[in-house]
Amino acid sequence: MRLDELTRPDFPILGRAINGRPLVYLDSAASSQKPRQVIEAMARYYETSHANVHRSIHTLGEEATELYETARDRVQRFLGAASREEVVFTRGTTDGLNLLAEAIGRTLRPGDEVLITEMEHHSNVIPWQMAVRDRGAVLRAVPVTGDGVLDMTAFERLLTGRTRVVAITHISNVLGTVNPVGEIAVRAREVGALSVIDGAQAAPHLPLDMSALGCDFYVFSAHKMLGPTGIGVLYGRRAALDALEPARGGGEMIKEVWLDRAQWNDLPWRFEPGTPPIAEAVGLLAALEYLEKLGLERVTEHERALTREALQALVAVPDVTVYGPRNPAIRGAVVAFNVAHLHPHDAAALLDGEGIAVRAGHHCAQPLMRRLGVSGTVRASFSVYNSPQEIAALAHAVAGLESML
Amino acid sequence: MMGATALYTSVIRERWRKPRFRGDLPGATVTAEDVNPLCGDRVRLALRLEGGAVAEGRFTGDSCAICSASADLLLERIRGRSVREAAAVTVEDLLATLEADIRPTRMKCVTLPLSVLKAALRAA
Repeated sequence: MRLDELTRPDFPILGRAINGRPLVYLDSAASSQKPRQVIEAMARYYETSHANVHRSIHTLGEEATELYETARDRVQRFLGAASREEVVFTRGTTDGLNLLAEAIGRTLRPGDEVLITEMEHHSNVIPWQMAVRDRGAVLRAVPVTGDGVLDMTAFERLLTGRTRVVAITHISNVLGTVNPVGEIAVRAREVGALSVIDGAQAAPHLPLDMSALGCDFYVFSAHKMLGPTGIGVLYGRRAALDALEPARGGGEMIKEVWLDRAQWNDLPWRFEPGTPPIAEAVGLLAALEYLEKLGLERVTEHERALTREALQALVAVPDVTVYGPRNPAIRGAVVAFNVAHLHPHDAAALLDGEGIAVRAGHHCAQPLMRRLGVSGTVRASFSVYNSPQEIAALAHAVAGLESML
Repeated sequence: MMGATALYTSVIRERWRKPRFRGDLPGATVTAEDVNPLCGDRVRLALRLEGGAVAEGRFTGDSCAICSASADLLLERIRGRSVREAAAVTVEDLLATLEADIRPTRMKCVTLPLSVLKAALRAA
């Protein structure tokens, strides 16, 4: 049985009609849909076990705490992290990247460099712009080649003893390129730089193993991987996390407080001030259980097959330009394209009229749009519930777009 | 195609295919441009003002069909009008001319040329 045949019945929203047509949801890279198992786990939590976590000395508080911390254990296992202390809950990828840029940023000195790439999402650009600003530090970017991959020769040239941080996406949210982040993490360590990997587009689709990857930090969001909005994960190698001074304060992140000073809590709570997203952690736990039950290898295989079909079908449509590597083996589950002279927003609106949901615009990657010489693109992205029939429906609709406007 | 037909009316299609006021304007006396942060679209308006009236106007830039149609209709509407009349054009006026069911996500496509016009007239 194909993965979509197995999973579709679990996703209530996929039964919707849009503009009189069955919904074809091809925008999972922006946010995936949620299986019943996730929705029900969160509802059950609110109906039976909700209270604040950690210092509630009553049954509900204990149950909520246990669920929240069980979610952490599950994430540790999912990531192949060495210990649960390496798993910090955040509000999402953007939040995790900001947390890192704030904390690392305060250690930057004049002349220090932060190295990003031309294919980063704005979430992995702006926090670093803010971190280097006013500190005399410098932000540099690895260019993207015409094939849509990183220019590794330029990377070697830009990586120097001045580099303090290498912040790079695992998979491009536009080109789909899977970057050699393991190799990059090793090279970063050799020059004494920290490696920060934006895993927003990778965690939903690839088996991850932090012990093998060897990066210092890895961040992602639950909502792109069948889980709820409002929660994400910051993985930090123990020694790297320990060396970071928290940049955000509040309850929970302290051991003892005086009016003029405080002693920080242990890892991982040191980086989790305030009431955490508890129900969302429960939802993330259910999402990880769901994905692991399917098997991440099988997920990758299914989505790679869809990506291959989409690439072949779209390239065959006259006047369609497809961006990113042509080899599906080095691609994530996204395909960005443009149709002749049509504006991406018009293309997306016309596709919506056919019940097909795609993303259109600059995808929060304006530096990359400039590199590609376009103001925006249309983007179709895939998840476990998408079928080959939906890819065919997309290609058919795209072929008819020009005549519609 | 229910949704898309209501959005892309014949007025919008016609103006998108054959804009009457797209291009450069030699001898422009005032110009202004702005971007739509949602999509990165850019609209640039060039106007030739004479004796307190808009003698001619042209638009350029990267923009979707709705934004292009809005700019084209706007420039047609203000041609020959006094600066005061041009400045008084409202979003409702444009929506009525577009004859389209514009959803909130695309409203900025309609309003961008108008806000650029107001900026140009303020600069005049």
